[in-house]
Amino acid sequence: MARLIRAVLLLLALALPAAAQQDAFDAAVSGLAGGFNQQAEAVERLGALGDPRAVPLLRALADGRLLKRPDGGLVPPGEAAPPGAEPVRVNNRVRVALRGALGRLQLVSPDPAERLAAAEAVFRSRDAANAPLLEAALARESLPRIRSQMELSLAASRLVAADKGAKRAAIAALGAAGSTDARALLLEARAANPALAAEIQTAVAAIDRRLSLRRMAETLFQGLSLGSVLLLAALGLAVTFGVMGVINMAHGEMVMLGAYTTFFVQEALRGVPWLLPWSLPLSVPAAFLVAALVGAAIERGLIRHLYGRPLETLLMTFGVGMILQQAVRTLFGAQNREVLSPPWMQGTLTLPGGVSVTQNRLWIIVFGVAVLLAVLAAIRLTRFGLEMRAVVQNRRIAATMGIRTGRVDALTFAFGSGVAGMAGVALSQIDNVSPNLGTGYIIDSFMVVVFGGVGSLAGTLVGAMTLGVVNKVLEPWAGAVLAKVAVLVALMLFIQRRPRGLFALRGRAAEG
Amino acid sequence: MSATLASPAPPRAAAARNVLRWVLIGAVLLLALLPVLNRLPLDSALHVSDFVVSVTGKWITYAVLALAIDLAWGYAGILSLGHGAFFALGGYAIGMHLMRLIGPRGVYGHPTLPDFMVFLGYRELPWYWWGFDHFPFALLMALAVPGVLAAVVGFLAFRSRITGVYFSIITQALTYALMLAFFRNDMGFGGNNGFTDFKELLGMPLNTPNARAMLFYASLASLLGAYWLCTRVTRSKLGRVLVAVRDAESRVRFLGYDTTRIKLFVFVLSAVLAGLAGALYVPQVGIINPGEFSPGNSIEAVVWVAVGGRGTLVGAVLGAFSVNALKTWLTSVAPDLWLFALGGLFVAVTLFLPRGLIGLLRRREP
Amino acid sequence: MTAPVLYLDGVSVVFDGFRALNSLSLIVEPGELRAVIGPNGAGKTTMMDVITGKTRPIAGEVRFRDHDLTRLDEAAIATLGIGRKFQKPTVFDALTVFENLELALKAPRGPVACLRWALSGEAARRIEAVLDETGLASRSQDRAAILSHGQRQWLEIGMLLMQDPELLLVDEPVAGMTDQETEHTAALLRRIAGGRSVVVVEHDLEFVRALGRRVTVLHEGSVLSEGSIDHVQNDPRVVEVYLGR
Repeated sequence: MARLIRAVLLLLALALPAAAQQDAFDAAVSGLAGGFNQQAEAVERLGALGDPRAVPLLRALADGRLLKRPDGGLVPPGEAAPPGAEPVRVNNRVRVALRGALGRLQLVSPDPAERLAAAEAVFRSRDAANAPLLEAALARESLPRIRSQMELSLAASRLVAADKGAKRAAIAALGAAGSTDARALLLEARAANPALAAEIQTAVAAIDRRLSLRRMAETLFQGLSLGSVLLLAALGLAVTFGVMGVINMAHGEMVMLGAYTTFFVQEALRGVPWLLPWSLPLSVPAAFLVAALVGAAIERGLIRHLYGRPLETLLMTFGVGMILQQAVRTLFGAQNREVLSPPWMQGTLTLPGGVSVTQNRLWIIVFGVAVLLAVLAAIRLTRFGLEMRAVVQNRRIAATMGIRTGRVDALTFAFGSGVAGMAGVALSQIDNVSPNLGTGYIIDSFMVVVFGGVGSLAGTLVGAMTLGVVNKVLEPWAGAVLAKVAVLVALMLFIQRRPRGLFALRGRAAEG
Repeated sequence: MSATLASPAPPRAAAARNVLRWVLIGAVLLLALLPVLNRLPLDSALHVSDFVVSVTGKWITYAVLALAIDLAWGYAGILSLGHGAFFALGGYAIGMHLMRLIGPRGVYGHPTLPDFMVFLGYRELPWYWWGFDHFPFALLMALAVPGVLAAVVGFLAFRSRITGVYFSIITQALTYALMLAFFRNDMGFGGNNGFTDFKELLGMPLNTPNARAMLFYASLASLLGAYWLCTRVTRSKLGRVLVAVRDAESRVRFLGYDTTRIKLFVFVLSAVLAGLAGALYVPQVGIINPGEFSPGNSIEAVVWVAVGGRGTLVGAVLGAFSVNALKTWLTSVAPDLWLFALGGLFVAVTLFLPRGLIGLLRRREP
Repeated sequence: MTAPVLYLDGVSVVFDGFRALNSLSLIVEPGELRAVIGPNGAGKTTMMDVITGKTRPIAGEVRFRDHDLTRLDEAAIATLGIGRKFQKPTVFDALTVFENLELALKAPRGPVACLRWALSGEAARRIEAVLDETGLASRSQDRAAILSHGQRQWLEIGMLLMQDPELLLVDEPVAGMTDQETEHTAALLRRIAGGRSVVVVEHDLEFVRALGRRVTVLHEGSVLSEGSIDHVQNDPRVVEVYLGR
């Protein structure tokens, strides 16, 4: 029903232009009901007229939905079929004509997506006859993204035109555009235009340079994005392991709890549709709290009995991790839970230079940096951070100055766990939320902390980013798994030279 | 032998040790009887089911693995969270031999290539499969490959003084990386599915009572051999050096001992024992796949030792048997509870029972 | 002139910008007993660390007879014949007194050699002798964990005797000891010194006086003064450092 109204409105709106056009249009439309040759001509004529009213007709014809009355008149698309009406049949020649005509007509469609698709289709058709149409469409077009595609398509059409000057301009334009499509087009044109081979070669080389730069930029972005995932996963560990020296093998489970919290916040907000898109930001404090509370309970209940016995702590926390994992599995089931991305995190963003980045990865980088800054601020600027640093440096003296070291231990551990929980919010966007979510990250996180240098947040940042980028750079050559293995081996060798990591503490402070 | 001058223990402890010795001999004899009792008629009161024999055989190989871990952790303080990797490598070596023995009896009937290779379009056997049609070579590899890997990893780690939890984390990453690698089809080790459908070993068709009994006795003999070897090490001066390294490594270095070499020696020996355990395990369970490399397996084996009592060889064996008995029982009655129980064991043993079950029996000095 | 046993020249060590040793030079002759004193942070322990291979200097020469110690690790240096007694006595708690001494006994130290090691009558006699010398004979079969503080110090000195080193480095041997224990320790050290070179680091000036030998005063990582105890005690620079703090 709505579609019918829209079609009628469109017809009315478009009925205004000049009467001559109107006659030519009506004449062409009537041809659609004729024989195949007549049909093909009519279709081509409609395409050349550039009247958007033809679009529904041609589309109906292409889909076999266009009906013919017994008297030979056409039923306008959308109207109820009168008795005895039958579909207008087409042959292959008509179909080819239809495709071309629709493509041209869509260039002036009111729907921007359709115009873009049409411009792309014209680009692929490589037909010199399209040039005037594109010029006309360009004159009306205002959206920059579509304009640039149309300009590209125009260059493509001119490349096959007879005019040499136009060809040269087209080659230059294609070279500047720098897409793989433009490159293929130029290579094709080189065979047809030996005279212009040198110019085409220059343009292709320019494209190649840009493409390889773009690939590098994209690899770098992917590396940084993986790096910030590692950073998020490792930051909490940098606090508990780096600052307190506690090996928390249940760290991955803290991340997992954060991810589940995100899921439950989302479910709770389903009843409040206007808040739903903001469930992710709302989950951050919730995940922090949940993980921090569990962390505090573990520290007070279990870990504090094992201070000074790192291997036992390692084993014990591994057991705690198993229990947490199995508890979540029993309570909430083993299946993956889906956390939806809010609209503002979906899609890809094309940066200048054609580098495309996915929005959610971009947000994870932003989030990773934000969490790092927050952790830094908490340690450097707050009273709690001061007490924490005091206890780390000299527990006994801190105690004699009235700092309740037990409370600081619990808070520090809760803080590290809470940061892990916040990491879970981010990971819910790129990984399955399942009970064993954390296990995949724990080893990587430890690698980051060891590589960066235990006890150094700057080291954690550099370590995470380096491991992320190196992984992504190696991946195309070695595959994801071997890249991981290679990184591990490289790390072993690196530790040979710098056993205490990149940002090592040296001297007496490091001996303890 | 050596060190008779040392430690004439107080009489009560000596008596306890005597009792323990007789209990152990009794336990070994009882174990040795199992395959015999399996042959008794079904209606006999003393009949032991196939299941019991095969499960016990499996536990015996676990006990060898536990001894290997205990030698490194309990005595030298080297906590490896990657011993499952050595175990699995030993298993894969024997698995390769078993795959070669299938010959043309595979689904595709190829005379030399195992089924998965035919399926993946291999034309010929990869070079690293050469020689695995000979049992002695496969057995040698089952011991040598873990040994060499341990030597390389140990050398790199000990030389740069990576100790304690750092070493644990590195070995965990090692087994994790190997697991990922073995999951890949193009490694030539059967990918996801690993090896299975074995037919025979040393001319014996597998899955017959005879083969089960032979493998059982081979495992039992290996356990006794490994126990003897570990006793020999721990009672020697080397054993005392290991304890010294565990408690104060840098002091040992100032006494002139090259602790890198000492630790490397015991770590490689331990890895070889783990490889032996894996080699005995695979023919008994009839399958090996990359899951054996999972970090969880290694750390579970560490808990056997912790539960039994690290730093005592009897404890390691006792732990392997008791935890696995609990696992077999619990996974059949209440499968969901097993992981809770295992996690609980980790917590309980570290918090309340640092010297394990043996610590309960022997209350000596602190 | 005989060649010096220990020769340090221009040795510097830097920790994160802090100069723990600043162009330190020190020569110890064969058979000499040398006391090294200095306030906290003067670099006494760092000097020991450099000699025993625990810390690498960024500049300078460290020689033991003909050997360049900056290229060797702790174990190799110990095997050459340099023994060290730590400030905090470190003995192996899980082992008996006898076993502690047995580990220190000069013998092949490789893993296989240790595995095949059997206690010979000669070795047992040497251990018994040291047990007597340190007064620990009655505690031979006790675990080191249950010894008193003084006994642990003596056990550690006993272990050094078993090592039979040419050069002995002793770090604060009498810290936390009773007067009686201090006396016993001084006597032990003097007896050990016969034939060997010994470097003793100590805070306790009375103990240094009791030793009655050449004294080196360290300050801020280099030598401030050297000579007899009376000489250094009257050196105005030493007085300023000790009193003017």
